[in-house]
Amino acid sequence: MPPDEPEVTSETESPLPLIGPGYDYVAVTDKISSIVLTQPTPRVWYIGFGISFVLVLILLYAVAYLFSVGVGVWGINIPVAWGFAIVNFVWWIGIGHAGTLISAILLLMRQKWRNSINRFAEAMTLFAVACAGMFPLLHLGRPWFFYWLFPYPSTMGIQPQFRSPLVWDVFAVSTYFTVSLLFWYLGLIPDLATLRDRARKRLPRFVYGILAMGWRGSAIHWHRYEMAYLLLAGLATPLVVSVHTVVSFDFSIALVPGWHSTIFPPYFVAGAIYSGFAMVLVLAIPIRALYGLEDFITLRHLRNMGEIMLATGLIVAYGYLMETFMAWYSGNLYEWSMMLNRMFGSYGYMYWLLMLFNVLVPQTIWIPRIRTNVPALFAISLSVLFGMWLERYVIIVVSLSRDFLPTAWGQYAGTIWDYATLAGSIGLFLTLMFLFIRFLPMISIFEMRAILPKPDNMSPR
Amino acid sequence: MAEFENPDVLLAAARRAYEEGYRYMDAYTPLPVEGLAEALGRRRTWVPLIVLIGGLIGCLGGFYLQYWVAVLDYPINVGGRPLNSWPSFIPVTFELTVLVAALFAVFGLLALCGLPMPYHPVFNVRRFELASRSRFFLCIEARDPLFDRQRTWQFLESTCPRGVYDVEH
Repeated sequence: MPPDEPEVTSETESPLPLIGPGYDYVAVTDKISSIVLTQPTPRVWYIGFGISFVLVLILLYAVAYLFSVGVGVWGINIPVAWGFAIVNFVWWIGIGHAGTLISAILLLMRQKWRNSINRFAEAMTLFAVACAGMFPLLHLGRPWFFYWLFPYPSTMGIQPQFRSPLVWDVFAVSTYFTVSLLFWYLGLIPDLATLRDRARKRLPRFVYGILAMGWRGSAIHWHRYEMAYLLLAGLATPLVVSVHTVVSFDFSIALVPGWHSTIFPPYFVAGAIYSGFAMVLVLAIPIRALYGLEDFITLRHLRNMGEIMLATGLIVAYGYLMETFMAWYSGNLYEWSMMLNRMFGSYGYMYWLLMLFNVLVPQTIWIPRIRTNVPALFAISLSVLFGMWLERYVIIVVSLSRDFLPTAWGQYAGTIWDYATLAGSIGLFLTLMFLFIRFLPMISIFEMRAILPKPDNMSPR
Repeated sequence: MAEFENPDVLLAAARRAYEEGYRYMDAYTPLPVEGLAEALGRRRTWVPLIVLIGGLIGCLGGFYLQYWVAVLDYPINVGGRPLNSWPSFIPVTFELTVLVAALFAVFGLLALCGLPMPYHPVFNVRRFELASRSRFFLCIEARDPLFDRQRTWQFLESTCPRGVYDVEH
């Protein structure tokens, strides 16, 4: 059985196609490039872009206020010094992971179905990592000194502490962003050349021409290109795993009950992929409806992504189970009391909501009819995104609020500025996404050509 | 330059051209065609070696950076741990390995391909804009020692192309 054929679960379920019928090189190229070049921009795009841009303005306002007054405007205090900012950071960076997973790991596994979703999943990665990177910087308190985290030749002779996971984070996230950007741009070059050749107006021709850097599809260039692309995928694959592992080290290297756990790295990585695929679905479903791309992003793609969500969701559920089990089995008083507090303490409702959204709701994907039901998948994905945010919140806030000594206990709640920054970051993400689908090919054209059946007009002349 | 309708005809033409003895030639396609570079006589690329060198630079440089900071330039005794506490240097070493290797991969690729190159004579052929859409081109360059306007033209005509064009430059 070829590896890209998903298991057929029941007799009635026929294998779904990768691409709608009747497409050849010309049709694929024209369809994708026309979205950027010739089609009128749909009204929904303007409305969506407008709403997201308002959220960006809210973000700018919240950040300006934060800079002028200080991090005290957020709800953070001792003992909970890591509030929304770190919750949002971990959440956003997790969302980014699906993009790299689709583009790198599925490429190495020769999963052809990735070709129609990898481009915008990669864009999603970039924008999500950009949103993520913003939060630790804002959280610094003196964000204008962020460059102190880098080992630069400082006149003060002070160097960063390389034994600290927080410095590892800086390297992990900036490497992740850079490599994702390179990967994305490299993939775009042939498509930018297509847009350059297809554009009829001077300005787009010029801009796409500059960006395509004179790509002409030479066979020798393709030869090197494929090799470089494959190697980048090979480099990005361990990177996906390492980035969230490093993020989880921020927690597990600490001694705080509820953080000091060896399950964290794999459990964080699985959670990242889980929320990432949820975000891809949340984006893909409206986009394919809006631009009529049902032939390219088929039910099979949606179903495969749903299945990956189910698999990673089960890993995450296993993580929850193990956390609880180890807290009990270790016999550690602090661990166990933290776990009881997590379930039944003042934030207990969050824990149960998390179980509902992250563990129970996604189990419906087992049902074949749900798996191919587009609105249901959309709803499940939203539930997962919300559940994963709650998970980060529960891990960070609940653990910090009940430390070893009762005298050091404290409650935490986000302020209006916390919520404004969170909403603003979602707005920033969506704004960038809207601009991306308007100005760049959101589906990789040359990779779509590669999955087409060979043209059958083989007769010479 | 000859234009073809599909990759298989181009591949056959490229193979024949190589057998005829043409060496300075290139093919232009809208998607990677398996075996085409080999048909044109290019078997190896330097890309993997470049990436390996980048990875080694990143790995050794990354570790040395931390060693230099933590042992030589700014030693801090943290709870009696050794200054060269290498396990905690692994994450940054790994990240820098990947980073430098990736940078070498992309910029090495661009350098090998001679990009950015906004002007290239092949763009003078009007129909060449289809090379990024649906058509396949084979171009035999005038600097090839076997190149002869008449004979090369006839040869290209014999490979079942959709059309043969002159590339001005």
